[in-house]
Amino acid sequence: MSVFIDIAAWVCLVAGVSFCIIGAVGLLRMPDFWTRAHAAGMTDTMGAGLILLGLMLEAGLTLVTVKLFMVLVFLYLTGPTAGHALFRAAHAYGIPFGEAALENSKLAGRSDAAE
Amino acid sequence: MLPLSMFEVAMAGILVTMLIALVAAVRGPTVFDRLLAINMFGTKTVLLIAVAGFLMGRPEWLDLALVYVLVNFIGAIAVLKFVRFGNLASDDHEASS
Amino acid sequence: MSRTLTTAFLLFSVWLLWSGHTEPLLLAFGVISVACVVLITRRMDRISGVEQSDWPRASFFLYLPWLVWQILKSNIDVARIILSRGLPISPRLVQVTSSQRTATGKVIHANSITLTPGTLSLDVRDDQILVHALTVASAEEVAAGEIDRRVTRIERGH
Repeated sequence: MSVFIDIAAWVCLVAGVSFCIIGAVGLLRMPDFWTRAHAAGMTDTMGAGLILLGLMLEAGLTLVTVKLFMVLVFLYLTGPTAGHALFRAAHAYGIPFGEAALENSKLAGRSDAAE
Repeated sequence: MLPLSMFEVAMAGILVTMLIALVAAVRGPTVFDRLLAINMFGTKTVLLIAVAGFLMGRPEWLDLALVYVLVNFIGAIAVLKFVRFGNLASDDHEASS
Repeated sequence: MSRTLTTAFLLFSVWLLWSGHTEPLLLAFGVISVACVVLITRRMDRISGVEQSDWPRASFFLYLPWLVWQILKSNIDVARIILSRGLPISPRLVQVTSSQRTATGKVIHANSITLTPGTLSLDVRDDQILVHALTVASAEEVAAGEIDRRVTRIERGH
């Protein structure tokens, strides 16, 4: 039984770390601030979630798991909140969205109006 | 038996992510790009502390991770406020209206 | 009064779970620190003027598995985009109407949007949320308003 839990923990940790590294690569590859923010968000949700899940599986039903779970809850509460503060500040400061984004948004606005 | 424990693999991966985040923070170009990268670096530090606790057999380090999440959040907000207003004491509502 | 008791109960449960101590002296320290925090929160409640909310509700916990599923799906989408050769993104801005009445409901809505990669909430103003979407698919999904409907449903208490 514990072999299965070990394997599940391995899978979770490796998958979580992979998502972290993919997000970091995205941080380097993406062209502007707004698209980079999507890549960074990925490491905070999936990367952190899977790594902590893997650690929880290893810890079993103990107080350690409770603490890991609270770390996860705090990360998921503070992550988007701090992110929103950052995006709002960047938006107020006037970080450009890029030509393509604005062009596309007009189309999106029109399809909204048609609904 | 596997040559590496799962915690060593996770730790290596997290360190690589942190390194790339640092590169992104140095690269910028705007202060918001840097803040984004530093925020990500902070979250990865939390994960690093948690994994290091398991690796060294010191699960009580999780308390540090818990505190670090909260400090990281408050730090991010404080730096943002400083970047936006130049000090930490201004009133959000007055300055933005 | 019941609110104070709930706060104290929750704080003390968290204290017990995090410390794991049961010695009388340390328990007494725990009780003292919980009392201090409860006193401070009561004072903060009086001056903040923020709406008193009765979140989280039971239905909120039914919403979480769906949110986790959405996070999972959109993470895989974004990972695929980052790893593909041509970086097939088409960023755009979308206005989403939030039908929540309370501030807490709006926070949950906007945070859920930010938590799913591929969409970021930039600005919440009255009942409009400005969202930056990475691709056509993510823009269409957030414009369809499934998150909005589900959050409103838990807010209304169904």
